[in-house]
This record gives sequence, C-alpha cells and structure tokens, in this order.
Amino acid sequence: MLSANLSAIFYLISGVLFILALRGLSSPETSRQGNLFGILGMIIAVTVTFLSIGNFSTGFIVVLIFLLIGGLIGAFIAYKIPMTAMPELVAGFHSLVGLAAVFVAIAAFLNPEAFNLGSPGNIKLGSLIEMSIGAAVGAITFSGSIIAFLKLQGIMSGSPITFKGQHPLNALILISIIIITYLLCSTQSSNLFWILLAISFLIGFLLIIPIGGADMPVVISMLNSYSGWAAAGIGFTLENTALIITGALVGSSGAILSYIMCKGMNRSFFNVILGGFGATEQSASAKNKEQRPVKSGNADDAAFLMKNASSVIIVPGYGMAVAQAQHALREMVDTLKKNDIKVSYAIHPVAGRMPGHMNVLLAEANVPYDEVFELEEINNDFANADVAFVIGANDVTNPVAKTDPQSPIYGMPVLDVEKCKSVLFVKRSLSPGYAGIDNDLFYKENTLMLFADAKKMTEDITKNL
Amino acid sequence: MEIDPFIFRLSIFILSIFIGYYVVWSVTPSLHTPLMSVTNAISSVIIVGAIIAGLAGNSNTIFSTSSIFGFLAISLAAINIFGGFLVTQRMLAMYKKKKKDK
Repeated sequence: MLSANLSAIFYLISGVLFILALRGLSSPETSRQGNLFGILGMIIAVTVTFLSIGNFSTGFIVVLIFLLIGGLIGAFIAYKIPMTAMPELVAGFHSLVGLAAVFVAIAAFLNPEAFNLGSPGNIKLGSLIEMSIGAAVGAITFSGSIIAFLKLQGIMSGSPITFKGQHPLNALILISIIIITYLLCSTQSSNLFWILLAISFLIGFLLIIPIGGADMPVVISMLNSYSGWAAAGIGFTLENTALIITGALVGSSGAILSYIMCKGMNRSFFNVILGGFGATEQSASAKNKEQRPVKSGNADDAAFLMKNASSVIIVPGYGMAVAQAQHALREMVDTLKKNDIKVSYAIHPVAGRMPGHMNVLLAEANVPYDEVFELEEINNDFANADVAFVIGANDVTNPVAKTDPQSPIYGMPVLDVEKCKSVLFVKRSLSPGYAGIDNDLFYKENTLMLFADAKKMTEDITKNL
Repeated sequence: MEIDPFIFRLSIFILSIFIGYYVVWSVTPSLHTPLMSVTNAISSVIIVGAIIAGLAGNSNTIFSTSSIFGFLAISLAAINIFGGFLVTQRMLAMYKKKKKDK
C-alpha cells in the first residue's frame, strides 16, 4: 500500500504530464508526443489509485471488468468514428464526463467514509459544498451536452427553441440551485441532494435548447469548460491534486475557446448563451426580398477560370463537412498544383461546428497543414489572388459585415473574398445562411454561382480541368 | 496558527488556471479540435474517484449502491479515456507537412 504522501506526489506528476500534453499541441510536430505524455499521466494516476487503496480482492476484479468494458467501447468508437462526426463525438464525450462526475458525487454522498469525508448525514461542510458544486455542474454538463449532441446529430432540429418567459424561468432555477445547495449543506438532507441533481439536469437542458446549430462551436467549448469545473469540484472533494490541476486546465481551455469563438462572430458570450439568434432575423430579411440577378455557371466554366488563374484560395465551411467533399476537394487541388497554380486554404475561426473542425477534415484528406491559413494570416492575400473557391461557407464571407451597421452580423470578422478577381461560390441554392441574411457576394459582378452539391461539383470541376 | 489544507489546494487550483490560460493560448488554432478531445480524455482522470468508490466495499458489500455508482462511473470515464486519447492520436497522425520535392 502506497503512503498518502507518496501517492500525492505521483498525482502531482500526472498533473504535470497533463500540462505537457496540452503544451505539445502548440505545434503539430510536438503534438503526438504531447498525447503520449497525457496517456502516461493517466496510467500513473490510475495505477497509483489502485496501489494506494491496496484492495486486490473480488472488488478489484469487478473494477477491472467495468474498466475494460468502458475501454473497449471507447476504443471501438475512436476507430470507427468518421472525422466529419467529430463535433458530435466531442459533445457525447462531454456528457460522459459530466455524468461520471455526478456518479462519483453520488457515491461520495452515500458512502463518505470511503473518501474520508465523515459519515452519512454528517459530511464535512467543506466537502459537502465541493461535492454539491461538482454534482450540479456535472449534471448541467451532462444534459446540456446531450442536447448539443442531438442537435449536431440532426436528431433534434438545429433551430433555436424559444418560449415566453424562458429567461426568467432559467434565472429562477439557477437561484433555486443556490438556495438548495445552501439548505443541503445546513441540513445534510439526502432528499435535497436528489432535488439538486434533478433541477441541475433540467437547467442544463433548458440552457442549450434556445441555442442554434451554427452557435454550436461556442456551446461545445462552453460545455468543455463546464466539464473541467465539474472535475475540479470533485477534485477538491477527493483532495486529489491531479484532478484539481486537470479540472483547472480543462476549465480554462474551454473558456478560452468559447472566447475565441465569440470573437470570431463578434458577439458577446451572453448574446450567444441567451440564444435565439437567427430565429428573429429571418422575418426581417423576408420583408425586402427583391429578386436580384446572379450569374450562375457550371463545372466547365469553373474549370476554365481556375485553369487560367495563377493563384487560388479555397474557403471551406460547414457545407463541405455535410457533403463530405474534403477528399474530392484535395483531388481538385492536386490537379491545380500540377498545372503550377498556387493553392492555399483560408479558415474562418467559426467555420464548421466546432473549433478547428475544418482543419481536421483537411488533414484527413491529406492536405499539408502548412497550406492552411487562419483568417488574419491570409486575409490580405485575397486582393492578389485570381480565384476564390468558396465551398460550403456563407456568412463568414459576407461583405455586409463590413458595410452595413444594420446587419446582425455587422462587425464580425469576415474573409475578404470579394477582393479576389473572381469568386466561385458552390452552394445548393440562394437560400440565406445561418444568420438568416442575404449574402451580397452572390450578386457581385465577379461572382459565379455554382448551384450543386459540393462534392459532385468539385468532382466535375476536376474532370474538366 | 496552522493553515487549512484547503488553502493549499485552492492555491494549486488558481495557479493551474493561470498555467491553463497561457498553455491554451499557445495552442495553434488548427489543433483546436484535438485540444478538445484531449481535454476530454484528461478530465476523465475523475476515474480515480470512481475507483475509490468502487473498491470501498468489503467482500459482503461489493455491490452496495455507492459502489455501483462507482462502477458505472468507471465505465463512463474509461470510454472517455480510451476514446479521447485514441481519437486524438488518430487525428494528430493526419497532420502532415508539405512534401518538399513537389
């Protein structure tokens, strides 16, 4: 049996390894090594836990069986999941962290002796507060992530669900969570503990339903952050350094990602959280629906334009993920490169349904990461490029964000696609994007609309090159 | 006067938030998706709590309510640990540099 001090040192080591795991992600070269540090940290933490308890009887076998079942399921999912489904997968994983936090809190509440927290009905006050926070945040993470998962998977409509009195109701529930936590800590009543869990599940559900599909990058990052805070809350309860360090890392990581995503849309965090974006704007745009002329073309025209270009910038968006067009796109680019055309990719921070979504898809299609650029790096190059190929993106290219202060997306950083000599816009129809507003780019003199499925159009262009 | 051990844990927590802040800002945006999947995996270190709960009983009380919640939490966290690290590994293996001679 490991002494408490020695195991604490090992937990500290595994916490440090987790820090190094995140540090590795600062560049793709070091990232793989970073992931190995993370795995090593986890192995140390789990092994030390077994050794410090030192109970290798029947219980140990049962624990191993449950560990193995979970591990097999996890490994199976990790190998089977298509890269386009990554947002759903991450949302699903968040829900599991949340639920695990809730279960650990329940176990600790029912059997506090096992955790050195006192006895049932007489749990140390500090531990009870930490436990309640961990359980409540875990429950919110769980139900919120389930909703996010259902919306991303398309099982539930991606459009915001709003009803009258939504915000006052949410505020009321949040206040009652605080009051119940206070009462729980003063009375130690197990009924209050269950009520706390129930309303925390409810509020997680209510908080996410009014948020629309394209705001999911913020929601996923936010839930990522919550799962970290839940872990930290449990870490305080268990007096475990590895958990406290990890919880803080994950919590701040998710918070930073939410901030980056909000900035990418020029919206405040509260604006996103309160939800309903897109639902109200559609009526406004429907009013002035005048028919404006657009130029549309076919794959042949597009191939001609690109063949005569010397540089092409590709702007991918969520539509590329939906159409699974990343491989077809890479083949097109290969052909272009053979004709000595310079090709680069421009990624908007909120393109796709989660941070870095487009980068992963392009990496999957074997696009070298040094051809892929972020908005700030590439935005000046549009003016010197011959062709911009917009595939599945819409709002992030809308020049209205720079010109019309009335527009709901005014001030949002956009890619300066219109500065290109010509713009090819692959889209299934002229319908407005998520923000519910018309894209001025469609009607520009130098824009050629390619109305087709993204994958099919890309393949046809390649044939014509 | 002695300092409550809670204060030490709080110190670790606060300092870790700062470490997280600086480390995550240095993560390249193209790796934000692997960042999320790996944070998922490491936050499942919550499994240590689940193992403590699962091993709390003696031979007569292996399947007490508390232990059962522990067992379930072990499986949930294990899905995340294995799934999270492996899918991160799979993603990171795809990030390649341009071949020089082309």
